[in-house]
Amino acid sequence: MATVAKLFETMEYGPAPESDAPALEWLKQHDNGRFGHFSNGRWVAPAEGQYFETINPATKAVLARVAQGSKADVDAAVAAANSAAPVWSGLTPHARARFLYALAREVQRHSRLLAVLESLDNGKPIRETRDLDIPLVARHFYHHAGWAQLRDSEFPGYVPVGVVGQIIPWNFPLLMVAWKVAPALAAGNTVILKPAEFTPLTALCFAEIAQAAGLPPGVFNVVTGDGATGKALVEHPDVQKIAFTGSTEVGRIIRKATAGSGKKLTLELGGKSPFIVFDDADLDSVVEGVVDAIWFNQGQVCCAGSRLLVQESVADRLTQKLRARMEKLRVGSPLDKAVDMGAIVAPVQLERIRGLVEKGVEEGAKMWQPSWACPTEGYFYPPTLFTDVSPAATIAQIEIFGPVLVSMTFRTPKEAVELANNTPYGLAASVWTENINLALDVAPKLKAGVVWINSTNLFDAAAGFGGYRESGFGREGGREGMWEYLKAGWDEKAGDGRREMSDTAAKSTSAPERTSPISLLPPIDRTYKLFIGGKQARPDQGYSRKILGPDGRVLGEVAEGNRKDVRNAVEAAHAADGWGRGSGHMRAQILYFIAENLATRADEFAARVGRQEVDASIARLFTYAAWADKWDGAVHHTPIRGVTLAMNEPIGVLGIAAPDDVPLLGFVSLMAPAIAVGNTVIVVPSESQPIAATEFYTVLETSDVPDGVINVITGAKDPLAKVLAEHDDVDGMWYFGSAAGLKAVELASAANMKRTWTSARTRDWLDTRQGEGREFLRRATEVKNIWIPYGE
Amino acid sequence: MPLDLDVIRALRVNRSAVERRAATIPTRRTVKKEWQAAWLLRAITCMDLTTLQGDDTPGNVLRLCAKARRPLRQDLIDALGVGDLDIKVGAVCVYHALVPTAVAALEGSGIPVAAVSTGFPAGLSPFAQRLEEVQASVAAGAQEIDIVITRAHVLTGDWPALYAEVRAFRDACGRAHMKAILGTGDLATLTNVARASMVAMMAGADFIKTSTGKEPVNAVLPVGVVMTRMIREYEMRTGAAVGFKPAGGIRAAKQALDWLILMKEELGDRWLRSALFRLGASSLLTDIERQLEHFVTGRYAAAHRHPMV
Repeated sequence: MATVAKLFETMEYGPAPESDAPALEWLKQHDNGRFGHFSNGRWVAPAEGQYFETINPATKAVLARVAQGSKADVDAAVAAANSAAPVWSGLTPHARARFLYALAREVQRHSRLLAVLESLDNGKPIRETRDLDIPLVARHFYHHAGWAQLRDSEFPGYVPVGVVGQIIPWNFPLLMVAWKVAPALAAGNTVILKPAEFTPLTALCFAEIAQAAGLPPGVFNVVTGDGATGKALVEHPDVQKIAFTGSTEVGRIIRKATAGSGKKLTLELGGKSPFIVFDDADLDSVVEGVVDAIWFNQGQVCCAGSRLLVQESVADRLTQKLRARMEKLRVGSPLDKAVDMGAIVAPVQLERIRGLVEKGVEEGAKMWQPSWACPTEGYFYPPTLFTDVSPAATIAQIEIFGPVLVSMTFRTPKEAVELANNTPYGLAASVWTENINLALDVAPKLKAGVVWINSTNLFDAAAGFGGYRESGFGREGGREGMWEYLKAGWDEKAGDGRREMSDTAAKSTSAPERTSPISLLPPIDRTYKLFIGGKQARPDQGYSRKILGPDGRVLGEVAEGNRKDVRNAVEAAHAADGWGRGSGHMRAQILYFIAENLATRADEFAARVGRQEVDASIARLFTYAAWADKWDGAVHHTPIRGVTLAMNEPIGVLGIAAPDDVPLLGFVSLMAPAIAVGNTVIVVPSESQPIAATEFYTVLETSDVPDGVINVITGAKDPLAKVLAEHDDVDGMWYFGSAAGLKAVELASAANMKRTWTSARTRDWLDTRQGEGREFLRRATEVKNIWIPYGE
Repeated sequence: MPLDLDVIRALRVNRSAVERRAATIPTRRTVKKEWQAAWLLRAITCMDLTTLQGDDTPGNVLRLCAKARRPLRQDLIDALGVGDLDIKVGAVCVYHALVPTAVAALEGSGIPVAAVSTGFPAGLSPFAQRLEEVQASVAAGAQEIDIVITRAHVLTGDWPALYAEVRAFRDACGRAHMKAILGTGDLATLTNVARASMVAMMAGADFIKTSTGKEPVNAVLPVGVVMTRMIREYEMRTGAAVGFKPAGGIRAAKQALDWLILMKEELGDRWLRSALFRLGASSLLTDIERQLEHFVTGRYAAAHRHPMV
């Protein structure tokens, strides 16, 4: 034992390995490391008999062979989930809560097996799987056992979506199982899960856990495989919802593949999240924050703080501190309990990181890595810091998904926000300052679904997680996450968007447009224009379209809007963005004023659309005036000393294609909730009966609506809707119309991942359950979760 | 160096972030087997073996000094193969009245005697008497003086007063090593801990020390994180390396390892030697002995099989 004496002098760290024996034994017991799919409560061999290998990226050793899912395998699993759906959704909330509770307990009982298995399969350090991933998995099932119990009391009138397909990534394999499966099951859905090709093992272990917990057959199914397997799941007609976490590139493919299918969709995609450091921050703590931001999970984190934005005056000091800290990071065997970083998940990812780092050097940024060397036997990459990076550099724009940090400087808080938002993404952001005024001023200005103040990468089941912009849409966790797995009970067929709404049917159900009583004099000719930026504007092309009454008589001519008019309207809507920053009380006053002015002209509008629709429109304006100062956010109960604010923010600029059948009420029912919460809108009114809307803009003109908050463009609905849906500076698009138009909107929306709300089905707009309320407000809102730890 | 109020006032500490860092010190790093044994031996050599009780007598101080010379059973030293390392504690720490006893008992051992001073633990006796106390302990043979600061200076933000006080103690210490006890449990905030640390170093402290052991909260890792970062900051500004001593509540071998890990991570290997790192403790030694015996024999050990402190 002479070594003790030697080590007494060197004081180095030694190896501290966690044993992989129990995990390897578990793999061996499963048909000697060969896994089928878990379908209908049983392990089944793949229909086509194909398997693929999953490796340990730290050693390149083959861990297991896993079934390659074919279309037939997906079909079988979907069939199982479909037949289990009535059973599962037919249970009482309490019964489902018991199952979720059992899953939480089972995960805790097998926590070390899961932690080791995850580390082996993914390459992430056992410290992280043991201390972060697995405890959070259990936490998600506990939290959602609660939502299962409370579903009917907290979500009255809502029912599960049905059969849900879930496709998850390789960076947090089991945690993503929990994020997806827990809310889905709690809401009463049944699930087909497709784990990532690189990391299927913990999902399979979880299937065994679900079996042990006595989950009824078919409620939870796992089909392993590659992109083709995922594609079969996405395209399956009996799947009512797809929940996907992964790259923006694949998310875009899924958005297109599901366009027009009526499938509900949530996407949690990539990011290039800013990590903003002001000059009054605790710089030593900032350094540790950076470690947790970009050297957590080898930087393979969608919300990694990968863009370091530092106030110029402290940039050099911070760089110096960061380099000193990086020297002390330890990269090594993921099963060693004393490493900071393990292995990169796969050679293809390692190559991608290497390539992007080379590109960064080529483009002139200054690259720095610590002096020590990584292990060479597996797929390892050292922590890397780029300084002198410009926003134009490739590495400043592209998500690297590796342990690579790019650093830039800023001069003022305003410039920090501009740099932070200078990206197509919007997943997360970190803000470091000891000045609460600055922190809470900056947080709402950041385009990000999650903002961490003086912290980073905090997650909890009680807080929503999800992106703005091209980081996807939908939230996971908290009450906001539950909505993604529910639908309105009245709309039993919601999700089935394939039923075409016929224009003639629509017309026949609505009140006919009527002209004024016939007089001896010819009426004064009226010119209906577009309404853009608070002004009546002639259409770009100077064409008009005739609007005919039910009897074929010409009621008037409205302007024929085109793409340039849309462009102008979008610019006007952006110029009006102060609307969202104003108070709810101010917006309420204006909505009341619109209602008041509509009421004074009620007879005139009633002559066009009928008294009932006018009265309902006035009431609806009152509804959203009422809501404007009541659409509160929440403070989530997360396990930190601090507050997690769930703030409702407007989506931004919203395109609205209003339904044909109720020309005034349809317009008002969509416009009013959108502007009540602070959006600015471009509305394409009823194509066949637009005159109610064009008359309505004269009501708006008298109601103190700020210029550009509401813009109206008449013309051919579907082409205009498509232009809006394609516009990269439109943040959201609502479409109520034909199945073909709906599909075109959803397809086009994939370009900038704008959030869409579409329906090709009729809705009884006069019914307040269907025509107004929280659903509309939710659709008009993004939830931003701001984590604010405190304590002095 | 002179007091630089700009530096002091610019110091910022975010408590939640510091606590997160502190929480991962024991989870990001660990040492096992031979490494752990070596680190525990190192902890012994960095230990200020301490007794600071109202009922201290020459009898129990003599016993403490004997233990300081031979902190480990010979059979363990042999089994560990560290006979040549001359393992002994870093210092023996007592009240002034017992300094002569300890100095005599440790003669020839090379183990310095440290005296707590300046009206320990509250530090509120008349200033002149506090200076005299330092001088008296030095005259009695103490090579290290653990002074306590006036916490009120920190709580009222009177940094010039704190600086002047520590500076005066430093001068009174002469050639003796001075450790400045901040009484962090009394300082209310981590920002105060950071500022007091920096002022004490500017005023010439050779070590900064967390606590007297008499405050309600003593040596805890978040405080250690803040103080070591200040030592790093001070070194960066001046090139001078100041030592660190956590004291109070450190009883388990595992805690000693955590503190060593903190030093290695936040400051570097130079701070793993008694010249720049001390652990103020008494019962800690017995737990380290038990862990070392477990390493040697593979059996869990009993305290009564080790000579008591």
